This record gives sequence, structure tokens and C-alpha cells, in this order.
Amino acid sequence: MEVLDFIFGNLSVLADRTLEHLSIVGVAVGLAILTGVPIGIAITQNRRAADAVLYVASMIMTIPSIALFGVMIPVLSLVGHGIGYLPAVIAVLLYSQLPIIRNTYTAITNVDPALREAARGMGMTAIQRLARVEIPIALPVIMAGIRVAVVMNIGITAIAAYIGAGGLGTFISRGISQTDSRQLITGAIAVSLLAIVADYTLLWVQHVLTPRGTRG
Amino acid sequence: MIKLDNLTKAFATASGSILAADHINIAVDEGEICMLLGPSGCGKTTTLKMINRLIQPSSGKIYINGKDTDAYDPVELRRSIGYVIQQVGLFPNMTVEENICVVPRLLGWDKSKAHKRAAELLAMVNLDPALFLSRYPKELSGGQQQRIGVARALAADPPVLLMDEPFGAIDPINREVIQDEFRKLQRRLRKTVMFVSHDVDEAVKMADKIAIFRAGKLEQFDTPDNILAHPANDFIADFVGTDRTLKRLQLVKVVAAVEVTAPQISIDHSLEHATAIMNEHGGEFAIVIDDAGRPHAWLAAGGSHRDGTTVAARSADLPGTVTVDDDLRTAVSLMFRHAVSWLAVVDEAGRFRGCITQNGITRLLGETYRAPGAP
Repeated sequence: MEVLDFIFGNLSVLADRTLEHLSIVGVAVGLAILTGVPIGIAITQNRRAADAVLYVASMIMTIPSIALFGVMIPVLSLVGHGIGYLPAVIAVLLYSQLPIIRNTYTAITNVDPALREAARGMGMTAIQRLARVEIPIALPVIMAGIRVAVVMNIGITAIAAYIGAGGLGTFISRGISQTDSRQLITGAIAVSLLAIVADYTLLWVQHVLTPRGTRG
Repeated sequence: MIKLDNLTKAFATASGSILAADHINIAVDEGEICMLLGPSGCGKTTTLKMINRLIQPSSGKIYINGKDTDAYDPVELRRSIGYVIQQVGLFPNMTVEENICVVPRLLGWDKSKAHKRAAELLAMVNLDPALFLSRYPKELSGGQQQRIGVARALAADPPVLLMDEPFGAIDPINREVIQDEFRKLQRRLRKTVMFVSHDVDEAVKMADKIAIFRAGKLEQFDTPDNILAHPANDFIADFVGTDRTLKRLQLVKVVAAVEVTAPQISIDHSLEHATAIMNEHGGEFAIVIDDAGRPHAWLAAGGSHRDGTTVAARSADLPGTVTVDDDLRTAVSLMFRHAVSWLAVVDEAGRFRGCITQNGITRLLGETYRAPGAP
């Protein structure tokens, strides 16, 4: 009951925090798509490069987020952004690389070799093959990688409240420091709901982007 | 039309370089189907893929219409050559229409022209455009998919078609049907076709020329009949099979073996009259013809007859007839089925044209064996 009272008493703050949260995840994953998808496609050309890139991306994933934030404070302080929005976005950007690169790489390499041969034999250039055949067919799997990145990073962004990035994590960190279960539970529920809603929204986007001829 | 001039491809492997194609010389005339035939790994597919430069030759030249293909940009070259592969390779993200229109769109055709062409091609491969244009490949059977594959290769009306075991993955019944359809289509379109196969029967059925490969070498390049009648060596004799003479039967039309020696009698003749005619001809039987000139029955020579008996009372039904356009395999099969040594032959209108006999067929097939230069 207390929790509901708190939520309805702070609706506008809750909305602001949600937008902050989404802005961090949205901008960072957006940038991650712009980097990860081309990288994922590029490494299909060279097996050793693929192994190296996927290895590095996996290593990044193993770094605890709180440690990554800590490491970035002195580095980004040099440009005056040791804490706040920028390190949060950079962290999410880094954590998004693995699912996006790996899924793009897997999806493109799994395109039926017969299709690639037909496309080549019919006189498509490498770019035309990518744009008309390989990427459309790979899109559902690439989207699945993006979904994983978004859902995972909605959780990680909650921790970014500790470096002053704002977002729904603020409720949780304050709830802990002030031993205020109302804030703590509000933050936890909000983050969970946001993750679930984002997942279903992206699932729908994934369905829309899947070419009709390849839908299950 | 297509000329391969000392075409060679060497692949480097751990154990040294391997010649996948070793100085191949083939010339295929315009409108002909050339079958590249051989066991797997013999270099037939490598040879095919060098023509549209999916594989770059190590040495040698390929001329299409007298022009060296090295003079083309590979992408431009491939757009001017139809390409059909065994796995079909229809793009699952595109409709049938979009699949067919890939090359026309690459060549910059406008949408309405491409759409018209797609509908025309679907009709050509016996699929209803209204039903199939907007379908996706996964909604089609294997046979339908390969029909679309052929239509797609023909989309921009290329003079040359390359086909890599196109019907190899289709079940035997549908394969026969689609082979026949393709033959009919080819008679109209007169494309120059390079066709890879490992199926001797398919090659004999479809080919104007057959090139047989072994371990990268071209062993023999000749017409199907010559290859079956005069295999150049033991490998080829073995490869085309011990029943190669039987295979030749399907290459020869009934019309080539027709004999017109059997006397014709009318159904209304009296038996005496019929016997007189038969005695005059000296045959063992006569064919009874009805008023429209169709063979109706047959009458054996000899045998006793009483006065006044008509032909109709003594003649026996024909076991079956063949038309002049049937191949000899059909005819012989019919002979064996009915345990007879001759059959009546009719033209398209059903009129009697003569007979074929087992002796006559044997003689006909024997002639090319005794041809000059034959072993």
C-alpha cells in the first residue's frame, strides 16, 4: 500500500527517470547497432578476425559493470565527464557489442551458401548481395541480438545511478542508502516492467522486419 | 557459340596442385544443349563455373559468340548468362515475381516491363501467373521451385544458359515431367545450354552433344548416339553402361525404322482376295485397314479358309500401335509387353504408315556400328 502511495505521489518523477533511463539505453544501443552490425558483417570475410573480435567482445562482457564505471571515472575525468550520462552510455555501448556483433556474424554466415552462389551467379555485386539477400534474411537474428542487448542493458543502466547518470536506478540506490523500501521496490518494479515492455516491443519490431517469405 | 579453348583450372592443395580441368576444348553451336557428364569430382562443375567466371580459369580462353569472356566485367557477364543450380537458390525473402525479376531489375528494367516478363515466364513453365506471382518460395513444391529457377534464369532472355544438375534434387516422376517440359521449351527458345549431369539417361534424353569427363580430362565429346554406339574407351563404355545400346533406342524415332512391306487389305475384302494379295507380297501377315485408312486388325498368312468367309471373321486385333514420333524404346517396350515381333505404325492422324519389326530395329542399330571408322 505504501509503495502504491509512493508511486502515485511521484508519477512525474517516475516518468522523468524512465525517460532518462530510456535515453541512456536507446542512444547507447542505437550507437551499438551502427558499430556492431557493420563489424559483424565485416568479420564474416575473415575467420581469424572474427575469432579475435568475438573474443574481445566476450571479454568486455565479463567485466562487472560497477568496475567498468569505476575504471572510466579517471579516464573520462580528463574530458570533464568522469561521472554522469557519458560513462553510462559508453558502458552500455560496450556491453551491447557482443550480442549484436555475434548475432550479426552468425546470421550472415548461416545464410544458405546456395543463395549466395545463386546471387553471385546472377550477377549481383557484393553490396547488392548484402542489401537484397543476406541482410534481409539475417535481420530476424540480428534483431534478436539487439533485443538481448536492450533488455540486458536496462538492468545495467540501473547501476549507472551510482555514477550519477540518473534513470530508474536512482530509486534503487536511494532506497538502499535511505533504507526506504518504498523507493527500492518502486525502482525494482519499474526497471523490470521497462525491460519486459521493451522486450515485447522489440519482438514485435522483429516480426515486422522479418520478410514475409521467411516467417515461421 | 560457346567455345572452350584449352581451358584449365589448377587448384593448390596440401599434396600439390590438382588439375580440376585439364586443357578442355569444347565447341557448342547456337541452340544446342551440351551435357557435361561424369562421376563426381571429374571437373564438370568446375568447367561450367569457369564459363560465368564464378571460378577463375588458370589458363585457356572461353569465347561466347566469338567474344573472349575475359573482355567482360564478371558481374556484367553473369547478368547476360542464365544460371540454374541444383539447390535452386530462390531467395526466401522475395516473392516469385521478385525472384524472377532479379536480373531484369539489376539491368534497370522498369517495374511494369519486369512484371509483364515475370507473368510471361511463369506461363512458359506451366505455372498460373495469377496464382504464383505473389507466392513465396517456401509455399512451393520442389518441382515448382525449380520451374521458377528456370524461369528466373530465362528472365532477361540470355542467349546462354548454364545449368548445374538442375533436376538432380527432384523426385524421379517430376524429373521426367520437368525434363520433357524443358525440352519443349528449348525447342522454342533455342538457347545455347551447358548442362551438368551425372545421369547418363538424362544426358541421352536432353543432349545434342555430350562431353564426358574423368579426373579433369575430357574423355570424349560427341553426339549422344556416337557416344553410345562408339565409346572412345573402356571408361566411357563402362560409364554409359552395358545397356548402352538399349539407351540408343530412345534416340531414334519410329519413323526411321518403318518398313512398308506389309500388304494392306480392306476389312470388306473376301478372304480369297486377301490371300491373293498376301501371296503376291509374300509377307507373313497383312494389315487390315478401315475406310479412314486406320489400321484395324491383322491377318496371318496361310491357314485354311472356306469360301465366302470375310476378312473380318478371320483377322485378329492388333496388340497396339505406335506413332511415327514415338522413340524406339517405347516401341520395343510395347513389343516385349505383348510378346510380338512387329507393330503397326500410324501417323498423328491415326492413318497406317507401315510396320516396325524387331529385325528391322536390329538392322538399323547395327548400321552405325558398321559405319566407316567404327571398331
